[in-house]
Amino acid sequence: MKVGVVTFPGSLDDVDAQRAVRIGGHEAVALWHGDHDLRGVDAVVLPGGFSYGDYLRCGAISRFSPVMSEVVTAAERGMPVLGICNGFQVLCESHLLPGALIRNDHRKFNCVDQRLRIDNNRTPWTSAYAEGAEVTIVLKNGEGGFVADEPTLDRLEGEGQVVARYLGGNPNGSLRDIAGISNERGNVVGLMPHPEHAVEDLTGAGTDGLGFFTSLVERAFA
Amino acid sequence: MPRVVVDVMPKPEILDPQGKAVLGALPRLGFSGVTDVRQGKRFELEVDGEVTEAVLADVHRMAETLLSNPVIEYFTVHVDETVVTA
Repeated sequence: MKVGVVTFPGSLDDVDAQRAVRIGGHEAVALWHGDHDLRGVDAVVLPGGFSYGDYLRCGAISRFSPVMSEVVTAAERGMPVLGICNGFQVLCESHLLPGALIRNDHRKFNCVDQRLRIDNNRTPWTSAYAEGAEVTIVLKNGEGGFVADEPTLDRLEGEGQVVARYLGGNPNGSLRDIAGISNERGNVVGLMPHPEHAVEDLTGAGTDGLGFFTSLVERAFA
Repeated sequence: MPRVVVDVMPKPEILDPQGKAVLGALPRLGFSGVTDVRQGKRFELEVDGEVTEAVLADVHRMAETLLSNPVIEYFTVHVDETVVTA
């Protein structure tokens, strides 16, 4: 599959995400924030970083970039979209996902090997995992506290839209230990931890993140 | 030139870690008696021409689409009549 990785001004992990896409067995296609088309990709990754300097709010300016209009339209038609960290923030600001990410409750930037549980393996990004799988994936953020009102949180849990939860202590104040969610359809997933940094034994805490990039293939052959 | 001010604040139920940090710093500087601090943003929009109802309606749309995130923030709009001199 052709997987587009968007680079915004201030993106940090776009090249790592492209690399993870290739290790996952796909063709990585670089997309620029100013692009008006998605170059025929089958899926899109919005990478981590500090797009537009995190000015105003994280992801607030990126939401209105030309490429995001295309991403929103494609996502609404069912294209798989994965937003990692800053990409998750962009998806919330774009209203493709409910809720918002606010500053960590302890006010410090966090950089840890984080234990997670995959609560929903029925998305195109998580089908490679067993439901309830416990994995370790790098987490690094300053504004990773997931918040939404109570009815929204209840709905996310009731509809199985919580994709991943933090284990072993909440690292950023996210309500109900939520590390990642999906939209109702399941094709759009936002995740605060960084699976693209957990795809090779040489670096990082292992290869538990690889499943996010191999799931697309397994779905195609399912 | 007229100026329209948009104040954006975190909703009361949303945790405000920055406000908490400021609240924690005040007693260390010898200021007492402050029981809570909420930190927000103030936008000053210089407007070309008169501030009509249509202009204010536009500013409201700007505030709800870009200047604030309605999931976590609320905003107020008012016209600042103070004359700005260079």
